[in-house]
Amino acid sequence: MSTKKKTAWNAGLIAALLILLFLLEQVLPSSSMLFTVLKKGAIYALVAVSMNLLNGFTGLFSLGQAGFMLLGAYTYAIFTIPVESRNSVYQYFDGGIIQFTLPVPVALIAGGIVAAVFAYLIGLPVLRLKSDYLAIATLGFAEIIRAVFQWDKLGPITNGSNLLRNFPSFRSVIFPFVAAGICIALIVMLINSTYGRAFKAIRDDEIAAEAMGINLAHHKRLAFVISSFFAGISGGLLAMYQTTIQASMFKSAMTYEILLIVVIGGIGSVTGSCISSFLFIACSEWWLRFLDNENLYIGGFHVPLLRPGFRKVVFAVVIMAVVLFYRQGIMGTREFSVEGISNFFKKKLSGKKEKKGGSSRE
Amino acid sequence: MSKENVLKVENVTMQFGGVIAVDNMNLEVDKGEIVSLIGPNGAGKTTAFNVITGVYAPTNGAVYYKGNKIIQNYPQGKMKKLYRGENPMTYTGQHAIAPTPDKITRLGIARTFQNIRLFKSQTVFENILIAKHMLRTSNIFTATFKLNGKEEARMRRESEELLHLMELDDVRDEPATSLPYGKQRHLEIARALATKPELLLLDEPAAGMNPQETLELTRFIGRIRDDFGLTIFMIEHHMDLVMEISDRIYVLDFGKPIAEGTPEEVRNNPRVIEAYLGGAQDE
Repeated sequence: MSTKKKTAWNAGLIAALLILLFLLEQVLPSSSMLFTVLKKGAIYALVAVSMNLLNGFTGLFSLGQAGFMLLGAYTYAIFTIPVESRNSVYQYFDGGIIQFTLPVPVALIAGGIVAAVFAYLIGLPVLRLKSDYLAIATLGFAEIIRAVFQWDKLGPITNGSNLLRNFPSFRSVIFPFVAAGICIALIVMLINSTYGRAFKAIRDDEIAAEAMGINLAHHKRLAFVISSFFAGISGGLLAMYQTTIQASMFKSAMTYEILLIVVIGGIGSVTGSCISSFLFIACSEWWLRFLDNENLYIGGFHVPLLRPGFRKVVFAVVIMAVVLFYRQGIMGTREFSVEGISNFFKKKLSGKKEKKGGSSRE
Repeated sequence: MSKENVLKVENVTMQFGGVIAVDNMNLEVDKGEIVSLIGPNGAGKTTAFNVITGVYAPTNGAVYYKGNKIIQNYPQGKMKKLYRGENPMTYTGQHAIAPTPDKITRLGIARTFQNIRLFKSQTVFENILIAKHMLRTSNIFTATFKLNGKEEARMRRESEELLHLMELDDVRDEPATSLPYGKQRHLEIARALATKPELLLLDEPAAGMNPQETLELTRFIGRIRDDFGLTIFMIEHHMDLVMEISDRIYVLDFGKPIAEGTPEEVRNNPRVIEAYLGGAQDE
């Protein structure tokens, strides 16, 4: 399939998706769980892809994602709370010290930049570490950031451990899709560039990559900073989605959720991360909700065991099953693509005569 | 022919704790030569390579590339007391030069590895393409937004040409690790050549090859030296190969150079025969 045709197909699919979302919004009530899943799923897809860039494509096992999301979320919130409502939000800190607002897109990007700057500084010492040691160090960083943002002395900026609220949020599901979509597209373009190839080389064999003239320190730092930049933006989006934020939200459990999405989707697959993000959010927020209902009757039969929290048990079992049966995650390192699908159907149609095609590799 | 010095190793000692892996090594490689480094197992050959390519900083000594000093060190810190090699004072006080391996590669010294180190998840073509990354002029923004179309096209074209020269066209899109062993060796050399080196270091290129493959490799090395105008410095155990194509040979034993000369001279050197316990003479 030619590049032009592929681009046309992809553009068409994206347009169709946006139109579908638009129509859904007209038809379904805005309180539908579907929209919750779609909004949160899109945001988690972005942060999962940003984590995949680091863990899956560069081979740096980092667990700092929640910390960078916190930085993005706080930067966004702090710079967009309207001046007139600052007094009520920062009620214990005399309205805070920042008395201006930035436009929403600028504040989102600022969130990314703040996360990236912190990543650069943290990266200087931390990126010398390898594998699990790097994971521990970045996890520690995320915890420290969370503690620092709850510190009373920083109250005039961060509002201490109190909620930040009243900042602009979105109503339509289109906004997070477009914002996350643009960011993911940027990451994919990066991965397909010569830098992306260098990242993959570092993942495969650091010593060989270095012998091929790839500056390890520089490229690891690049991957870390870029990944954190997009984690920061997704933090800003998450703040918009939740309408209020608090530092205590961004626990390490959040990083593990994201890690789980990445692993289930396939380490080294962007589309895998996106698909598993929606599945994960749908399972944890929507599809398994009925298990929490203690009084569930099928006919006259009272289903046993069900009680509040039971869905989490089932969810854990489902995840274990997925990991057991899909060792490489849903997608492995393959990518979901129009070409792959069309090849798949061609193969089906022409039977076993033609042994060509299959899923495309990126 | 006027001899132009490409690589010069000067008084290099590499000591790990109390073990001296390379002891006061001196050697020179001139432009266009094929020079071999041989010696029994554990003689310190690969360590010498690792010093030249910046993987280890030597404990003492200096390395020159085309007349410029690229590596230099002297016993410092704890090593000051531990050091048992020669010339401890020669470089003291001069500041240490310890470049990382990628800087060495960018100077024009490419290498292959004793145990093949290909990029496992990549195809044959991608393995070569990665090596072109270091010759880029684009930055991360122009690369991401595809503003470097010309350069990208050039990288791909050059990689294709190299694939063709190395006779790897037919396996272009195969995963690198699915190739037969001999082809993997070829690919590793091709990948090193993709960085456009002037000096190529081969670490046991014929390891694990049968006589037929070794013979092919011998011709292959001679050919790439001529085609690419290379200087080749290699470690090898297969004496057929070494004796056939080397212009000069250095023999290392227990980290110490014990002999040097043309294949004929080395073959008849009693110290070499002794070091190999007669292993090399019945070639």
